[in-house]
Amino acid sequence: MTNVQSIPSPSIHNEDRAHEADHPTSQVAKFGADQPLKLDCGVDLAPFQIAYQTYGELNADRSNAILVCHALTGDQHVNNAHPVTGKHGWWDTMVGPGKPLDTNLYFIICSNVIGGCMGSTGPASTNPASGKLWGLDFPIITLPDMVRAQTMLIDRLGIETLFCVVGGSMGGMQALQWTAAYPARVFSTLAIACSTRHSAQNIAFHELGRQAVMADPDWRGGRYFEHGTHPHRGLGVARMAAHITYLSDAALHRKFGRRMQDRELPTFSFDADFQVESYLRYQGSSFVERFDANSYLYLTRAMDYFDIAADHGGVLAKAFSGIQTRFCVVSFTSDWLFPTAESRALVHALNASSARVSFAEIETDRGHDAFLLDVPEFFDISRAFLRSAGTARGLKTAGG
Amino acid sequence: MSLQQQTLPFTGVEPHRTENLRSDHLLVAEMVQRGSKVLDVGCGDGELLQLLESRGIDGRGIELSREGVNRCVAKGLAVVQGDADTDLVNYPDDAFDYVILSQTLQATRQPKVVLENLLRIGHRAIVSFPNFGFWRMRLQLLVGGHMPRTENLPATWYDTPNIHFCTIKDFVQLCDEINVKMERAVALDLYGRPLRLNLPWWFWNMFGEQGVFLLSRAEKGR
Repeated sequence: MTNVQSIPSPSIHNEDRAHEADHPTSQVAKFGADQPLKLDCGVDLAPFQIAYQTYGELNADRSNAILVCHALTGDQHVNNAHPVTGKHGWWDTMVGPGKPLDTNLYFIICSNVIGGCMGSTGPASTNPASGKLWGLDFPIITLPDMVRAQTMLIDRLGIETLFCVVGGSMGGMQALQWTAAYPARVFSTLAIACSTRHSAQNIAFHELGRQAVMADPDWRGGRYFEHGTHPHRGLGVARMAAHITYLSDAALHRKFGRRMQDRELPTFSFDADFQVESYLRYQGSSFVERFDANSYLYLTRAMDYFDIAADHGGVLAKAFSGIQTRFCVVSFTSDWLFPTAESRALVHALNASSARVSFAEIETDRGHDAFLLDVPEFFDISRAFLRSAGTARGLKTAGG
Repeated sequence: MSLQQQTLPFTGVEPHRTENLRSDHLLVAEMVQRGSKVLDVGCGDGELLQLLESRGIDGRGIELSREGVNRCVAKGLAVVQGDADTDLVNYPDDAFDYVILSQTLQATRQPKVVLENLLRIGHRAIVSFPNFGFWRMRLQLLVGGHMPRTENLPATWYDTPNIHFCTIKDFVQLCDEINVKMERAVALDLYGRPLRLNLPWWFWNMFGEQGVFLLSRAEKGR
């Protein structure tokens, strides 16, 4: 059985991806040599740029801005067609007119994270010093670095205080980092399916993904773009493994069970006999179309290093002491990547700081990915939290 | 489960209503000063919290049932999922002006520890509970010979969440034991009306269907 299909080569060329990284189909905030981004690793990154999208209108007193922070493999294209894949925005269920993050009421900002590959400076961007792509010469970045870059964008947009910082997964981690580091600039925080630190199990999964990428001979020590290759097999396998962690046993069983893919009987080969195999291969191959392999290494690393309590003597409550920000924490019952216990630990720390916090656990079998899906109870809760915070902020809110 | 769906409160207590507001809630709300910060332990569907917030009070809640919590959060209330027995320890001293335990004391595993925590977290505590000394309870046990059930406590002995019933007299005794000062005590009759103030304790214990107490810490060394 030699003709087993693996992840096919991406149809998008390295040059096109590099073009999107340097010249994105988005608004871009450029920061020159006089405004370096001070990274945790000690490097001053300059010049650099942040690609971002906005939706809705900023009100006269600049009080209705919501920053959406995207997850590991997300980007700034929340509610518009993706410039590379042409697919609809990744959170168009949550953001839009009449949606919980209502663009009729709020000014929504989403920026590509530093280290990403959709227009903010990262390993897929051109290093101005050498004229070549950064690759592994790009400094290691952290979640606090991503957030520090976002504060520079928010300054540039002339916004002093964000009405809300919202995010799921790595986006939720950024929302928590924003609130812990810049409490006066965050009126409310909606942290979904996330944690204040990356667990050992999650670091382990990330290491698996990174090793898969680096084991692909086409990775070429991170300089594949100079060899006209792309480690699509390794990156595809990384995505397949990660994708399993975004679902749940029950959801996989419900969606696929042991059903066969376009056949009645096993082929007695390593072809994708099962629907679940075919689905995972599809997830792997569609991911490599749009994502840079090195960027995946950097962003997973940034998540691994994340631990808010570590910056506060190991006591999480200290990170939020005296905080005035209103919190809404949401977890999902079947999420085993960021289980409810992680959210509960955050809530206990917030209680210890007497913070105003709502915490809801949503019952669903859809796993970690539930935050990206159509889950009405989650939408109801998000909408009500923003409405109540909006009233406290003196904003115009839906239905009152 | 739909957020709008109403269920029996976790405590298994079916309350009285006047003009759609629970009579014990109205009494509790009247005990709380405007502008204060309140924690409602076992806040159910958030009805009392909504009443308090409408009166300019900063209210927070803890609720055991996920459905209850999610209904509260969907109303915009600051409510978290938690257990009075295990989660009160996470709150710092003096975090609230009042901590309310409404119809929940009898459902806790360690009522004494819970009561002590209430007065550690809050300067004052407001506790309401069904009075097991109420004459109809006594009569059912004495004459009927089985565990009492009333309209307000409809659960059978084998499925009730209420594991630590007490009488008004028992509660007063517990307050004395842990050095808690009773600032105000009210007994409500079967129809949710307060009994007359100048009646003796034994009368309240017999004819009060529930007790509502405003408590504070007694001075040290007493």
